[in-house]
Amino acid sequence: MDTHDPQHLPQDAQSSDARPVLEGPDIARVLTRIAHEIVERAKGADDVVLLGIPTRGVFLAQRLAAKLAEITDRKIPVGSLDITMYRDDLRMHPPRALARTEIPGDGIDGRLVVLVDDVLFSGRTIRAALDALNDIGRPRAVQLAVLVDRGHRELPIRADYVGKNLPTSLRETVKVQLAEEDGRDTVLLGAKRTAQQ
Amino acid sequence: MQRHLISAADLTRDDAVLILDTAEEMARVADRPIKKLPTLRGRTIVNLFFEDSTRTRISFEAAEKRLSADVINFTAKGSSVSKGESLKDTAQTLEAMGVDAVVIRHGASGAPYRLATSGWIDAAVINAGDGTHQHPTQALLDAFTMRRRLVGRDAGLGQDLSGRRITIVGDVLHSRVARSNVDLLHTLGAEVTLVAPPTLVPVGVETWPCEVSYDLDSTLAKSDAVMMLRVQRERMNAAFFPTEREYSRRYGLDGDRMARMPEHAIVMHPGPMVRGMEITAEVADSDRCTVVEQVANGVSIRMAVLYLLLGGNEPAVAHARTPEEK
Repeated sequence: MDTHDPQHLPQDAQSSDARPVLEGPDIARVLTRIAHEIVERAKGADDVVLLGIPTRGVFLAQRLAAKLAEITDRKIPVGSLDITMYRDDLRMHPPRALARTEIPGDGIDGRLVVLVDDVLFSGRTIRAALDALNDIGRPRAVQLAVLVDRGHRELPIRADYVGKNLPTSLRETVKVQLAEEDGRDTVLLGAKRTAQQ
Repeated sequence: MQRHLISAADLTRDDAVLILDTAEEMARVADRPIKKLPTLRGRTIVNLFFEDSTRTRISFEAAEKRLSADVINFTAKGSSVSKGESLKDTAQTLEAMGVDAVVIRHGASGAPYRLATSGWIDAAVINAGDGTHQHPTQALLDAFTMRRRLVGRDAGLGQDLSGRRITIVGDVLHSRVARSNVDLLHTLGAEVTLVAPPTLVPVGVETWPCEVSYDLDSTLAKSDAVMMLRVQRERMNAAFFPTEREYSRRYGLDGDRMARMPEHAIVMHPGPMVRGMEITAEVADSDRCTVVEQVANGVSIRMAVLYLLLGGNEPAVAHARTPEEK
């Protein structure tokens, strides 16, 4: 949701020099691992609710829920949490169209909420998500699962489950593509064009 | 780039659909235990009401407060306006106070346009009804209600009202609601028919993007929504129809007429309703009547408009259009 969001990159920066760091099978493997880690830490995932942060976090949350259901033989509630209205940079850009917030029927009170996003970068998206959660209910605990942690945190926020730690330079971009949205699963690391920002 | 919402005619189809989609998300906030978002924290909005309107004012106020804006209510009655202060002076006072947006209701058509374009004030101007001219947020909430009922809450996302047939009945001459609705519904692809006594049809209506009929009964069977207008006695300075009974008999909506509408068709009314004249109690209290829904939807629409005009560093809708672009 930060500058890693491919929608904010010019088309040419996405193609030419971007190289894949995770391919489809790798993504499936790390999601399986994260699912097992969640079950282990939550001691069975009885009260786990997965909330994806749109757009790609929602697809990842749905995939994780399917894997958790396989492991635990139980249906895991999954929803989405749009954090647009809680961003601290709203006044720096034109307003964005809102994405869907969908909280599972039983709510999040007293549950273990696992936030799911594609890339963890400055941490500001997650800060906004914590604020949004505050208005929706009172979870027992909140954890964070991300596919890629690229570093450069601007807030004291840390992920509980990381698919891949990817040390990057600020001159690089990380772009996650998922089959549901982009037609294929991959994580691309590319160089940022100086003209764009 | 301007940041105003003066007329429903200024909105493009994409603008209008964006507002409706955003309102759909805002409506979800109303279902939560804490109905509040931090989006407009630190912004000051003045509700500048030169004409009485409890319904519209509290709807805007609820929307502003749900987005955490600081709200100042100004009513002309008992204010310096009654001592003779001009709109310009009021505007400059507000400018000096550092107001970010002005929601204005005024008896004179064009007052919000004047406020937005005269350079008296830098704030965003949102028209909450000016004379017999426009009431854009009312048109938006009506379109939102229609889309929810006729297309569906989730199915409607991203959709307009293409091919829907809407009939607007009553005092078109004095109605800014009718004018705004004709503009917006046309933009959204709906076919609009105005039904009114010939004396209550405005001059120049042939240039509006709609049909005009004097016969309510012939239009009912092919309407997806029938919108009844209030007969605005306070704006009537002449006799426009013989008696209330006569008006009611020809243009009032009763149970018999409602039964002739298609099964899915809805009955709308911007309120306040005059029961027994333009609408019978039987119709007003039926499931097909959306008056109460319209009020709830009004808050969601106004939240969406305020977010899209004030939420960022520049507005997402209602870009300034020069006369040549219009």
